[in-house]
Amino acid sequence: MSAEAERLWHPVASQYDVVSRHVFWGRLLGRELAVWRADDGYVNVWENRCLHRGVRLSVGTNDGRELVCRYHGWRYASRTAGCTYIPAHPADAPARTICNRTFPAFERYGLVWSGEEPDGEPPVLDVLESGGALALRGVTVRAPAELVVDALSRHRFAPTGLTDPDGASVTVTGQDRYHVVLRSESADGGSAGTVVFFAQPADADRTVIRAVLAGEPDPDSRIPVWRHHNTALTQLRDAVEAEARRRPPPEPMVAAIEEVPIHLSQVPEPAPTGRRAGLRVQVARKWPVAEDVAGFELVSIAGQLPTFQPGAHIDVHLPNGLVRQYSLTNGAGELDRYRIGVKLEPDGGGGSRTLHENVRVGDVLAVSEPRNNFPLRRDAVRTILIAGGIGITPLLAMAQALRHQGLDFELHVFARSDDHVAFAELIDGLGEAVTRHIGLSPSETGAALESVLAEPGPHEHVYVCGPGPMLDAARRTAAAAGRTDDTVHFEYFANPTDIDDSTSFTVELARSALSLEVPAGATIMEVLRANGVEVSSSCETGACGTCRVAVLDGEPVHNDVYLNDTEKQQGDEMMVCVSRAGGDRLVLDI
Amino acid sequence: MTVMTMAEAETQVCADPVIRNQWHAVADLDEIRRGELRTLLLGEPLRCWIDSGGMARATAGPDRELEVRTDYGYLWATLGEPTGGVFDVPETREHDRRTLNALTVGIEVSAPRAVENFLDMAHFPYVHAGVLGEEPHTEVAEYRVEERDGELWAFDCLFYQPRAAAASSQAVLAEYVYRVPHPYSAMLYKSSPTDASRMDAIGIFIHPLTATRIRAHLFISVLDDVSADREIRRFQQGVIAQDKPILENQHPKLLPLDPRAETPIRADRSAIVYRRWLSRLGVTYGVIPAAEGVRT
Repeated sequence: MSAEAERLWHPVASQYDVVSRHVFWGRLLGRELAVWRADDGYVNVWENRCLHRGVRLSVGTNDGRELVCRYHGWRYASRTAGCTYIPAHPADAPARTICNRTFPAFERYGLVWSGEEPDGEPPVLDVLESGGALALRGVTVRAPAELVVDALSRHRFAPTGLTDPDGASVTVTGQDRYHVVLRSESADGGSAGTVVFFAQPADADRTVIRAVLAGEPDPDSRIPVWRHHNTALTQLRDAVEAEARRRPPPEPMVAAIEEVPIHLSQVPEPAPTGRRAGLRVQVARKWPVAEDVAGFELVSIAGQLPTFQPGAHIDVHLPNGLVRQYSLTNGAGELDRYRIGVKLEPDGGGGSRTLHENVRVGDVLAVSEPRNNFPLRRDAVRTILIAGGIGITPLLAMAQALRHQGLDFELHVFARSDDHVAFAELIDGLGEAVTRHIGLSPSETGAALESVLAEPGPHEHVYVCGPGPMLDAARRTAAAAGRTDDTVHFEYFANPTDIDDSTSFTVELARSALSLEVPAGATIMEVLRANGVEVSSSCETGACGTCRVAVLDGEPVHNDVYLNDTEKQQGDEMMVCVSRAGGDRLVLDI
Repeated sequence: MTVMTMAEAETQVCADPVIRNQWHAVADLDEIRRGELRTLLLGEPLRCWIDSGGMARATAGPDRELEVRTDYGYLWATLGEPTGGVFDVPETREHDRRTLNALTVGIEVSAPRAVENFLDMAHFPYVHAGVLGEEPHTEVAEYRVEERDGELWAFDCLFYQPRAAAASSQAVLAEYVYRVPHPYSAMLYKSSPTDASRMDAIGIFIHPLTATRIRAHLFISVLDDVSADREIRRFQQGVIAQDKPILENQHPKLLPLDPRAETPIRADRSAIVYRRWLSRLGVTYGVIPAAEGVRT
């Protein structure tokens, strides 16, 4: 494959090839492409290969927002091609870096353009800029592009509106390696027509002629014009193919398959990421979504926003130095922006107040990549989502994903009043799956939870997010109804636990062969970081689960609200931000 | 990474001693009883027939007589010098079993890709929806893979199946054991719907025409007094018909042994071990070997 050809834009499809919910099989420079349009209009050009087991994505399903691989049901988001779900491991959030290869896409003159590493934008041709452009039917020719372009420079066709090229004069008005511009004019000068013939180098021995007619023929002559060019190009194809058969076949182009990153080539383990703000986003919209709740739409200022999964949150690093976690409320495949909801906490530490009072449209914020400690299983027969107040945010993302995938769920929205229901229009869009529980007293809330959580069925999962007391009530009620810990999932806003940090103890790091003293008043995380040991974290208050590590020996005092009771009793995991040692020694798998 | 084009792979005659020295199931004996078979083995022309004395015979190339075996209802041939006989299938000695070739099907794929598909459970709800799996029951529980006496075994493989076999009438949590006794052949054992204490055996015995084209023979040995042969065949034919278009849409057709060629997950443990095993055996035919020095 020539380096020059790799740096150029080439057509890979006509716009009418990428119809709704279809995946078009394309080929360019020996590489197969899966070309598909999401329901929001975005055209994706991806390597035609699921990087799990190499199955062509063109045999997969375009569900309007995601492309689903035919073999194992892996879901890939529009725009990023990031994997959002691996059905074989429904309890895991896929590593966000599992990403199929994407190529740039551009729509111009009725064609979809792409390339290996193209510079700038697709070519602009003056003849196609004024008065419209009509893409004709693509014609595949079994011949190298140079033979096709050479034959096209001698191609003859009738002026637009006529059907017989005899007598017309056809002149080349422009040409380069991959296109020819021809103008056909009748002898009397009364009729003319200009067509740009782009040669798409599909492979060394295969070229697709993508012709674009300058100007819009009137509706009645479109079909005759179309048919005329089709006939003329079919004759040209037959002649070029006969010529190509007389020559030795060219070496096929070999499009190298990129190696997957080394960390994806092994069976995955959680990777440390640290509390970093790797992304810069701009506030594109800020608006009231409920009483005391502001909605924010955050768009990327450079490049594509990373993939997220339902239940994921981002850390927002605020201008005043505070870091706060907010769940993404986006539906599947909505990656043109992140949408979060921020409840004003007048008595909080000032994070929400800064967002409400100081952050405005146009401001740039530093945020972390999405992280998911509240993953949604999609192997449940029925999913029950229970939201208290602003706890709706992660559950809204889950509900939209479940609805989009056609899975059975119910969403219970608890709020003080209708005015306190955030993102009400999105909730209304979920239809009959939603039950509102408005203005209930604590005891009425308890009774409502009892009825929602009663009679657990097989393969049922429950997700709860809301204020601490409600979560505690839900936890007790679910247990009393016979639901097991592994089927009820919680996300806390904050950890209300009073932590006794007066103890001191030793932490041994099994993998790093370090032994560190944790004095009273310091957390394990602080000591680790002071000694250069990297630890992922997000909330740093024992609510989010990002910093959990495996405990190999010793008895942890958990202090967190992320692990459930069963997990706490097992004692083989803990949060280094708040957990401490019950004895004088802990051995951690770090 | 060395890249072999499809055209090269297609015409390539096998120079890989590991694969040349294997017994390959080249025909169902019933197939050659009906008449002479002219086909390919590892890129070389192959002729198989039953001679006037009733003996199964095979030649490669113009007329090189090959050593053959007739085991489990198949004709096995080799281009090289195998160290022993065909791997043992002890189930064929249990006389209350129904043993038959369910089908022989041509597939445009390499033998190792087909074996890997045979070892895979995660695709059941997608490729065999309503039969071997069904959404939303998609989880692959942790299972064990071990090497025993030069063969690979996977144990404790559990999967929710709406209709696990021709004789099944209801959904079950099916238990599988997988066995890979040969680089191009594999067996699976699954709980029998008619006798919970014993297991049905299904084998895929692959006849490699070239590096990227195979015929797969599906060997069945089941505890089933109910279903007619026709029903057992139809069930297995339905399953393979669902796998065939997926296998034929894998790119590249050769199985890449470099760990960085594809992305495994925990559910792929048996595939990972299989790929490493092929690397260790030194197999180069039907695969893209890992580059020198790459740890597989």
